[in-house]
Amino acid sequence: MTADKGVLAGAGRENRGRRMVADKVAEFCLAACAAVSFLAVAAIALYMIQGGMPAIREVGWKEILFGRVWDPVGTSPKFGIRSMIATTLVGTFLAALSAAAVGVLTAVFLAELAGERAAGIVGTTVDLLAGIPSVIYGLLGIYLLNPLMYRLERKIFAGSRTHQFTGGANLLCAVLVLAVMILPTVISVSVSAIRSVSEEVRASSLALGATRMQTIFRAVLPAARSGVAAAVVLGVGRAMGESMAVMLVAGNCVNTPGPFRSVRFLTTAIVSEMGYAQGTHRRMLYALGLVLFALITLVNGVVLGAMKKREVSM
Amino acid sequence: MTGNPYTLHRRQIRPLELFGRAAIYGASSLSVFLLLGILCYIFWRGSRTVNVDFLTSVTSALKQTVGIGGNLVNTLYIAILTLLVAMPVGVGAAVYLDEYMSEGRGKALVEWAIEILAGVPSVVFGLFGMAFFGGVLHMGYSLLNGALTLCCMVLPLVVRNTQEALRAVPAEYRWGALGVGASRWHMVRTVLLPAARPGIVTGMILALGRIVGESAALLFTAGSGRFLPGLGRGIYRDLQALAGKVVCSGGTIAVELYLQMQSGRYEVAFGAACVLLVLVFIMQVLLRAVAGKGRRDE
Amino acid sequence: MNKVSVTDLNLYYGSRHILKHVNLEIRERTVMALMGPSGCGKSSFLRCINRMNDLAGDSRVEGQILVDGENVYDRGVDTSLLRKKVGMVFQQPVPFPMSIYDNVAYGPRAHGIRGRSRLEKIVVQALEDASLYGEVRDRLGRPAAGLSGGQKQRLCIARALAVSPGVLLMDEPTSALDPASTLKIEELIRKLGKKLTVVIVTHNIQQAMRLADDAALFLDGELVEWGSSGQIFLRPRDKRTRQYMAGRL
Repeated sequence: MTADKGVLAGAGRENRGRRMVADKVAEFCLAACAAVSFLAVAAIALYMIQGGMPAIREVGWKEILFGRVWDPVGTSPKFGIRSMIATTLVGTFLAALSAAAVGVLTAVFLAELAGERAAGIVGTTVDLLAGIPSVIYGLLGIYLLNPLMYRLERKIFAGSRTHQFTGGANLLCAVLVLAVMILPTVISVSVSAIRSVSEEVRASSLALGATRMQTIFRAVLPAARSGVAAAVVLGVGRAMGESMAVMLVAGNCVNTPGPFRSVRFLTTAIVSEMGYAQGTHRRMLYALGLVLFALITLVNGVVLGAMKKREVSM
Repeated sequence: MTGNPYTLHRRQIRPLELFGRAAIYGASSLSVFLLLGILCYIFWRGSRTVNVDFLTSVTSALKQTVGIGGNLVNTLYIAILTLLVAMPVGVGAAVYLDEYMSEGRGKALVEWAIEILAGVPSVVFGLFGMAFFGGVLHMGYSLLNGALTLCCMVLPLVVRNTQEALRAVPAEYRWGALGVGASRWHMVRTVLLPAARPGIVTGMILALGRIVGESAALLFTAGSGRFLPGLGRGIYRDLQALAGKVVCSGGTIAVELYLQMQSGRYEVAFGAACVLLVLVFIMQVLLRAVAGKGRRDE
Repeated sequence: MNKVSVTDLNLYYGSRHILKHVNLEIRERTVMALMGPSGCGKSSFLRCINRMNDLAGDSRVEGQILVDGENVYDRGVDTSLLRKKVGMVFQQPVPFPMSIYDNVAYGPRAHGIRGRSRLEKIVVQALEDASLYGEVRDRLGRPAAGLSGGQKQRLCIARALAVSPGVLLMDEPTSALDPASTLKIEELIRKLGKKLTVVIVTHNIQQAMRLADDAALFLDGELVEWGSSGQIFLRPRDKRTRQYMAGRL
């Protein structure tokens, strides 16, 4: 492709002047676009801080982070979010763990063992599912998983006097829904990480007499680990920021996390109370947003930072 | 080590071999079963609800109709509005970052900011939209508020994909154009943007996918209105009615799905889910077509 | 009995006939150089000996290759044991993304050797045999990616030696290296040729002359001529060999 020569050939002096103006205007507009993008981030940061900081100052961050009780509308409101943070961390961690285990193995199958046609069909399905809106996973969770979980719950806790029955809406359910939700992402990104491992690594390993499985688990996966870790981190980020899929299936009660307890995630607290919150309560929800964002940034930063360090030392 | 070292034959079961294969095949079957199961189940359930009436009417107790026609229009409305704002701004920002800004702190800062934006969970966008567009700019619950909020959300997608596409354009193209005396903007307009188009379109389709599937960021910005503007009173009136809708609250299909599921009307919810899936599929097919085309062009 | 003995070998990829009726004997403790223009089948032949061609989806082999009198294409041959006996070094020196020590220990571990002291002895011995130990003795735990190109290739050779193969196949092991590193590797190959059987593919006639005890020339999937290097390089019988030596093929 070459530039439009006609314009240049006919460019007289007057024309050139106009072109220079056009050039300046264009540059200004583009700069404005970049500025808008930057300002959007600045504005979001500013509003979250402006919205959340007063609440944090009012209640005290120790009280918020470590307080046990969340009772925002009582006569003496309490704003402890310890159990919500714990739920978010535990729920996300377990979901990522199970999705990683199943997802990475599936990715190995697709990239290393499956025939071209099988890999094509399954790969396409996985890509399609990676784009499914998360509410749909929530719908399946509440409609299919909750009743099953309730039956299980009644079996396990039959005759228990202390157990608070949840109707199946509990942490375990949320973890399963989140795990299935991030599964396609984990698979799809891991597959490309495994495929990008150089052919020589496989050939050298096999030429040493290592079996297929030894080659996969001891040479190929270690070589692909930074890409696979990125896949899992991507999944963690998505799971942590997810609200709609887990709101109903988790039962949405503030509780210390336990597999058969109804729990509330940070995200779902925001969504479910935003509609009616007033005053300090409302500002508190912005503070929750800040905490959530800090958690996500922290997890991404820590994991990716650690990966980068290893990469450098490799 | 095993047996007779002088032979190449060996009859031995290797535990890692068996265990590894079992784990891989087990996990893959589980994934395929789960994922295909989900697809089939939703299509099966949805097909019972979805018909022409469902797609064109509005849920109303008075007329005893159930439908997502209004939500379909709202989705379309928000998608177009969002892309109309986000695409020029995102592409412009990417061009400025890659083609005009020199490497340095300024560029690193803006790119870092966009990186941060990509990691913000959608509820936080919802909070921001509610406070800023809804509160400070007095937009209340409206399609405009929802669209602007989503703009912030999809901006990183557009910027990143455009940047990637621009970086894939060979430097020779730039030198070729600048070498014959084209101005920078002329070069961008006639050489870079056309060459980067597949990447830009990919970013657009990905953004569209997020817009269609988003619910948390829209619940408190665009709200949940489900009514259709009364049309069919002449083009001028119709346009006026549609334009007026921008300041009205309107829920997209994903929001409607959430609300219906919350109130336990699963038939409607599965219908909406089915429609959402079809929309997502159409976008994926488009995405593949664009990506395939990009590859063939090279 | 010769170390490797090839009888009427045919190799097909799908319908393409890659190797045609190859007959070749490789003597124990010698260096055999396989020469020929690119695409002549010399690398494919090399990969037949340790059955790396099995991995290419639609390959088919007729004829037999005896290693120590056992046909490697026999039913029931364990390719894992075969490849332990017949090691291989590739053109691109790609160490595994792990430490130098773990790279060399990879093979022994894959064959079930545990125990620190035993592994360490093997690793040190292999590195010494590959003339690398002196350069890396104080950084065995460091990532192999930090080595230079020539060192990487010697590491790959050490990795192959660690499973104590009887035959070492080398597929253009110096073509990705600079002249100084090439010289070192060639020295090493001559040293190895005294202890085990080396089969090296090269497109460089001078290199073949410097290294080989025996040499063979492939053209279009056919084995044109083979014999002792004195005979091949000084008194070639086939017209095509003379032409190849003169650079006219």
